[in-house]
Amino acid sequence: MTDPVNLIVLSLVLPLVAFVMNFVLGNRPNARECSTVVIATILFGVVGLLASSVFDGQRPELFVSEMLPGFSIAFSVEPLGMIFALVASGLWILTTIYGAGYMRGHHEKHQTRFFGCFALAIFAAIAAAFSSNLFTMFVAYELMTVSTYPLVTHHGTAEAKSGGRIYLGILLSTSIAFFMMAIAWTWSLCGTLDFKQGGILNVPYEAGEISTLALGVLLGLFAFGIGKAALMPMHRWLPAAMVAPTPVSALLHAVAVVKVGVFSLLKVVVYIFGIDLLQATGVNLWLAYVAGFTIVVASIIAMTKDNLKARLAYSTIGQLAYISLGAALATPDSVIGGGMHIVMHAVGKITLFFCAGAIYVAAHKKNISDMAGLGRQMPWTFGAFLVASVSIIGLPPGGGAWSKWFLAVGTAETHQYALTAALMISSLLNIAYLVPIPIQAFLKPRPDRDSNHDSDHSHDHGEAPLACVIPLVITATLSIVLFFAAEPIYQALLPIVSE
Amino acid sequence: MIEANLPVLLIVIPMITAPLCVLAGRGRIAYAMSLLASVLVFAIAVALVIKVGDSGTIRYELGGWEPPYGIEYVVDRLSSFMAMFVSALGMIVLFYAPHSVNKEIQPSKHYLFYATYLLCMTGLLGICVTGDLFNVFVFLEISSLSSYALISLGRTRRAPLSALQYLIVGSIGATFILIGIGLLYQMTGTLNMADIASRIDTIDGPRTIMVAFAFLTVGLCVKMAVFPLHTWLPGAYTYAPSVVTCFIAATATKVSVYAFIRLVYGIMTPKFAFELLPLDSALMVFSLIGIFVASTAAVFQDDVKRLLAYSSVAQIGYMLLGVSMSNIDGLTAGIVHMFNHALIKGGLFMVAGCFILRLGSSRLSDWAGAGRTMPWTGFAWAIGGLGLIGVPMTAGFISKWLLLTAAMQNGWWPVAALMLLSSLLAVAYVWKVVETLYFSEPSDAVVASTEAPAGMLIPTYAIIGCVVLFGIWTTYSAGLAAAAAAELLGATP
Repeated sequence: MTDPVNLIVLSLVLPLVAFVMNFVLGNRPNARECSTVVIATILFGVVGLLASSVFDGQRPELFVSEMLPGFSIAFSVEPLGMIFALVASGLWILTTIYGAGYMRGHHEKHQTRFFGCFALAIFAAIAAAFSSNLFTMFVAYELMTVSTYPLVTHHGTAEAKSGGRIYLGILLSTSIAFFMMAIAWTWSLCGTLDFKQGGILNVPYEAGEISTLALGVLLGLFAFGIGKAALMPMHRWLPAAMVAPTPVSALLHAVAVVKVGVFSLLKVVVYIFGIDLLQATGVNLWLAYVAGFTIVVASIIAMTKDNLKARLAYSTIGQLAYISLGAALATPDSVIGGGMHIVMHAVGKITLFFCAGAIYVAAHKKNISDMAGLGRQMPWTFGAFLVASVSIIGLPPGGGAWSKWFLAVGTAETHQYALTAALMISSLLNIAYLVPIPIQAFLKPRPDRDSNHDSDHSHDHGEAPLACVIPLVITATLSIVLFFAAEPIYQALLPIVSE
Repeated sequence: MIEANLPVLLIVIPMITAPLCVLAGRGRIAYAMSLLASVLVFAIAVALVIKVGDSGTIRYELGGWEPPYGIEYVVDRLSSFMAMFVSALGMIVLFYAPHSVNKEIQPSKHYLFYATYLLCMTGLLGICVTGDLFNVFVFLEISSLSSYALISLGRTRRAPLSALQYLIVGSIGATFILIGIGLLYQMTGTLNMADIASRIDTIDGPRTIMVAFAFLTVGLCVKMAVFPLHTWLPGAYTYAPSVVTCFIAATATKVSVYAFIRLVYGIMTPKFAFELLPLDSALMVFSLIGIFVASTAAVFQDDVKRLLAYSSVAQIGYMLLGVSMSNIDGLTAGIVHMFNHALIKGGLFMVAGCFILRLGSSRLSDWAGAGRTMPWTGFAWAIGGLGLIGVPMTAGFISKWLLLTAAMQNGWWPVAALMLLSSLLAVAYVWKVVETLYFSEPSDAVVASTEAPAGMLIPTYAIIGCVVLFGIWTTYSAGLAAAAAAELLGATP
C-alpha cells in the first residue's frame, strides 16, 4: 500500500472520489462537507507519505495510457511537483473548512456544484504537479481552467458573466494560441515531451536545429502561453476572477490556479530548457525584465485599489512575477527561491484572502477605507492579516523572507542589479499597501455612521464564524513556522538544480 | 453465406426497408422497421471493420460480374471506418428521433420521412463501400435527392426554399462530377476506380485527365461545402427538421470528404494531385479562408442552428487542411477529424433539437436562461462545445493536436499559427451560447419549460459521452484513422 506508485494513484483518485461524493451527498450538507474534509485529510496524508520517499531520492513513475502515439498520460514525481502537491492538498483541508463556514454564513446557493468543482480543480492541480511530460501537464492545465470557470461565475450575475468571460477568454486563448504552439514546436524539435533532468532542448540546440533567437521566441511562447502565471500583459484575468466567492479566491487564486501557472513555468525552464542552456545562451534575460516590470507595476496598481480583494489580486500578480523571475533568471539559487516562494506565498496569500472573506462575512465590508477600527472587534482576523503581510513583504520572521533572499541572490549572481532593485522597491511597496490595513483597523477609531451597512450588523458583530477564524489562524501561524522550517524545503529542492 | 455478402447487405438492407416503410404506410411501423434496419446496418459495419482489420481489404463482385464489367465493392480500412461511424450516427439519431419528429413533422408524413431517411443512409453508405466511380455518382445522387426531400419537410416555409436552393447548387455540383467521370471514362475506358488508377499513367498528354479532375474536385467541393461553395449549407441546416440536421450535419459532408480522399489518394495519386495540379496549396488557401470567414460568421449568428452550420463549414476546412498535407500525419488528422467532428456536431445539433422541442425556437435569444430550467441539456451543450473548441479530454482536442503536429512536421508554421488562432473564434461562438444559457434572465416561456424527455437525452448523452471517451481513448478513432491513412498512402490500388 505504501508503494510510491500506489500512492500516486491514490492521490489522483481521492479528489475524484471527493467530486463524486459531493453529488452523492448533495442534499445533506453536513455529510457532504465532512466527507470532503476527511478525503482532503487522507489526501494530505497520502501526499505526505509520498513526499517522504521522494525526498529520499526516489522518483516513482506511473504510466496511465498512450493517448496518441508518442503522447502519453504519465506521472512521475520530482521534488518541485511534490512540494506543490503538498501545498495544494494541505491547504485544501483548511479551505474546505473555511468554505463551509463562509458559504453558509453567506447563504450561497449551489453549494454542491461549488464543492464538486473545487474537488475537480484539486485533481487538476495534483495531476499537473505529478505530470511527467508536457502533454500531461497541458491536459491538467486546461482541465483546471474549465473546472474553475463555474466557480468564478458562481453568483451568475452580469458581473460574474463578464468576469468569467475575461477569465476564460484570456486563459483559454493564451493556452491554445501560445502554450499549445510551444508544446508542438518542442515536440517537432525533440521528438519527446518528457521532463528530464537538465532539459531536453539542448540536444536540438547543439545540433543547430534551432537558433538562439528562436529559442528566445519559444521561451516567450511558453511564458505568455502559461497565462496562469499572470505575467503582464496576460494578467487581466486574475483581478477579473475576483468576482468569485472568497474561498475560491483563496484556494484557487492564491494557491491552485496561479501556482499551476508558475509551477509549469518553473518546470519548463528546469526540465525542458535546462538552466544550463539558458545560462549559456542568455535568451532568458528579457523574460526576467518582463517579470521585474510586472513586479513593480503590479505593486503600484495594488496601492490604488480600495477594494480589498482587488488589492490582493494585484498583489498576487506581483508575487507570482517573483516566481517567474526566479524561473527566468535560471540560476540554481533563483530556481530554488522560486520554488520556495510557491510555498511561502501560498500560505501567506491564502491567509490574507481568508481574512478578506472573514471581514466580509462578519462586517460586510469590501473596501479598505471602511475597515478602520474593525480590529478591536475582529482581533484574530486582523492579527493574522498582519502576520501574513509580514511574510508576503519578505520580512523575518515571515517565511517569505527566505524565498526573497534566494531570488535576490539570483539577481546578484547574474549581475542584474536593476532587478535586485525591483525586488527591493517591491518590498517597500508591499509594506505601503498591506500594513496600513491592519494598522488602521486596530488604531483608528470607528466612524460613527457607515452608509452601506444594514442595521442588523451595525453593532458588535464580533469575529467571523469559528469555521472561518480557525483556518486563518492556522495558516498565519504556518507562515511564521515556515521561517524557522525553511531548511527542509531548501534541501528538498536542491536536487532539481544539481546534476 | 451472410458473411461473404456483408458488403452488399450494408446497402441492401436500408434500400429494401425504405419501400417497405412506404408500403406499411404507418408512422410507428415505419419507425420500428427503420430502427431495426439501422441497428442491423450498424452491426454489419462493425463486423466489416473487424473483418478488414483481420484479413485485409474485401473485394466483392456485385452479382458475380467481374470488374471492370460489373460493379465492384471495395471495403478497406478507411471505407469500413466511414461506414461504421455513418451507420452508428444514423442509428443513434433514429433512437433520438421520435419526440422531435412528432413535434416538427406532420403525422401523415412520418412514414415517408423514415423511408427517405433510410434512402439517404443507403446513399451515404454506398459511397463508402463502392469501388466504381459511376456508382459513387449514383449513390451521391440517392443521398442528395433524399436529403433535398428531408430538408423540405421543415416546419417553416423557408424550408422548401432552402431545399430548392440546395437542389440547384447540389445539382450543378453533381453535373460537374458527372462530366468529370465522363471524361475519365473517355480517356481510360473503365469506371472501376482501381482500373482508372492503373491506366492513368499510361496516357500521354494528361490535359484531359487534368480537366476531368478539376471538374470532379469542384463538384465534390460543392458537396463538401468548401468555402466559397458553401452557400447552400447554412440555409439547409437551419430550416431542416432538427433530426434531419443532426443526421446530415454529422454524416453527409464527411462522406463527400471521403469521396474526395478516394479521388486524390485512390485514383489520382498524390503525385498527380499535388505536383501536376497545385491542389494542395489551392485547398490550403481555401480551407484557411473558409475557416476564418465561416467561424467569424458563426460568431454573429443569433439562430443556433445557423451558428452550428457556419461552424461546420469552418470544420470542413480543418479536414481538408489535413488531407492537403499529403503526409501520413496530416491525412490521419483529416480522417480522424471527420469522425470526431461528426460526433461533436451531431451531438450539438441533438442538444439544439432538445431545446427546440421545449422552447419552440432555434433563436438564441429565445433560449436565454434555459440552462437553469433544462440543466442536463445545457450541460451537454457545454461539453459538446468544449469538444468543438478542442479542449483536452475531448475528441476535438485529439484531431486538433494531430493536425497541429502534422503542420509542424511539414514546416507549415503560418498554417499552424492560423489554425490555433482560428480555434479562438470557436471559443467565441460556443461561449456566446453558454453565457446566454446560464447568465441571461429567463423569459416566461423558458421558466415554464421543463427538461427534455429522457428518450432524447439518453441518445444525446451517448454521443456527448463519446466526445469525451474518444478524447481520452483513441484506439478506435485515431488508431483506425492512422491505419487507414497508412493503407491509403502505402498501397494505393
